[in-house]
Amino acid sequence: MLVILETAGVTVGYDGRPVLRDISLGVAPGEVVALLGANGSGKSTLVKAIVGLTPAASGSIRLFGEPLGRLRNRSRIGYVPQRIGVSSGVPATVREVVAAGRLARRGFLRPGGKAGKLAIDSALVAVGLAGMSHRPVSSLSGGQQQRTLIARALAGQPELLIMDEPTAGVDAASQAALAAALRQFSGNGGTVIVVLHELGPLAPLISRTVVLHGGQIVHDGPPLPPAAGHDCPEHVHIHPHAPAAEPARWEL
Amino acid sequence: MSYLTSDFMIRALIGALLVGVTAPAIGVYLVQRKMALIGDGIGHVALFGVAVGFLFGTSPVLTATLVSALGAIAIELVRERTRTSGDIALAIMFYGGIAGGVVLIYQTSQGTNATLTSYLFGSLLGTTSADLVVMGALSAFVLSVALIGRPWLFAVCQDEEHAKVSGLPVRFLNLLLAVTAAVTVTVAMRAVGLLLVSALMVIPVATAQQFTRSFTATLFTGMAIGVAVSAIGVIVSAEVDTPPGGFIVVVAVVLFAVVATVAGLLRSRKPAPLPEAPEPPDVVLHQVT
Repeated sequence: MLVILETAGVTVGYDGRPVLRDISLGVAPGEVVALLGANGSGKSTLVKAIVGLTPAASGSIRLFGEPLGRLRNRSRIGYVPQRIGVSSGVPATVREVVAAGRLARRGFLRPGGKAGKLAIDSALVAVGLAGMSHRPVSSLSGGQQQRTLIARALAGQPELLIMDEPTAGVDAASQAALAAALRQFSGNGGTVIVVLHELGPLAPLISRTVVLHGGQIVHDGPPLPPAAGHDCPEHVHIHPHAPAAEPARWEL
Repeated sequence: MSYLTSDFMIRALIGALLVGVTAPAIGVYLVQRKMALIGDGIGHVALFGVAVGFLFGTSPVLTATLVSALGAIAIELVRERTRTSGDIALAIMFYGGIAGGVVLIYQTSQGTNATLTSYLFGSLLGTTSADLVVMGALSAFVLSVALIGRPWLFAVCQDEEHAKVSGLPVRFLNLLLAVTAAVTVTVAMRAVGLLLVSALMVIPVATAQQFTRSFTATLFTGMAIGVAVSAIGVIVSAEVDTPPGGFIVVVAVVLFAVVATVAGLLRSRKPAPLPEAPEPPDVVLHQVT
């Protein structure tokens, strides 16, 4: 069976400080993998290494059976970065940003064609932004901007969708639209790797969770049920971290 | 108004229109990338190229194009490598370029204040037919890059990392943009001068985006505004007997001020729409008693 993603012994470091250590991970077609972990656990770095934005110090990364550097058809990957800098110095409409996602399939200096237009249209429909395609991106809410980035990834009709924290700071309507788009993508046989802070509204879609801690994989398997009672809405999450004390006063 | 039909006026007008249409076409990408002032830096480096041309007795436009293209490539490499801390390296290159240019020009037979002023602030009225041919060819190059390459240049300037993951030739596109900006500087050198080139790359775009909603509309509106201010600048400056280079830029700035004020008044008149759903807080704190 073809493996979509295969990393073996991947180590990544910034300025000599290791951020990821010996990551070996295989992802099969159709899986929806959630990468979980605390801030600084290395999950975003792993995603950046997989798509080739952060070079690995050692180890190998293969996508669709080919080494990362030799993958010719990049349109097989749909990358959704963290939502920063969606709006740039010049106004751009939702449709213009989404159309940029089609270029991987279009070929350099080739015309877009009818298929490209249809793919952009259906990507906009999939994330529920069809009615806003001519609005400037900067006028949208954070959740709608996130959906724009997902539509950009879908416009290339990828086989693998890699998303970095798509639900962070996103309103309820956008979270629902995001879950619907993912369900549709995964239902059509697509593979998903998604960095999440918590499973949240995507929980029913996730087939496997990989938990990172301190740059290493500490759990890899089906989603773990939350500790008893932790998932009930009335649960108040309090840790007795330290004995209650009068707040310290600061003086010069 | 008979002077308007004189040969030198017509040549000046054609030259100004070429600059007016090309500078914003490439400037829109620089503004999108938030590197609006890079044209100014290339202009500084180009003066060194002009001096090299005088020194070797060749066309200063040719050597300015070559030197500013090399300078633009160097700027792009600094940007690619250093991300944030490149300012010092760029400052040394820009001021080294202009100072070297000034020193070198005075070593040649053309070393007069008049020559220097004509390159720093433009000399549209001295445009020859041969100049126009060169400017026309360079403008054609700039316009074809800016218009045919639009989807790819837009993608790279909008989100470079995403473009990389998509397998676009990011490095080639960045260098192409840098070299095209350098060519634009040498096209505009005759008209508004090296110190004012950046104004025509940036101000028409900034004016356009006061009321445009899309990138494509900003690109074409910026080009139209560039043409309009160049034509108005040349004609009115002749009327009031003032060098056209600076006047074109003054017209552009005045138009920007008017458009920005009107757009601001229109925006403040209609209340901002409420966001459809408030963003949830990242963390909810409960008071513990």
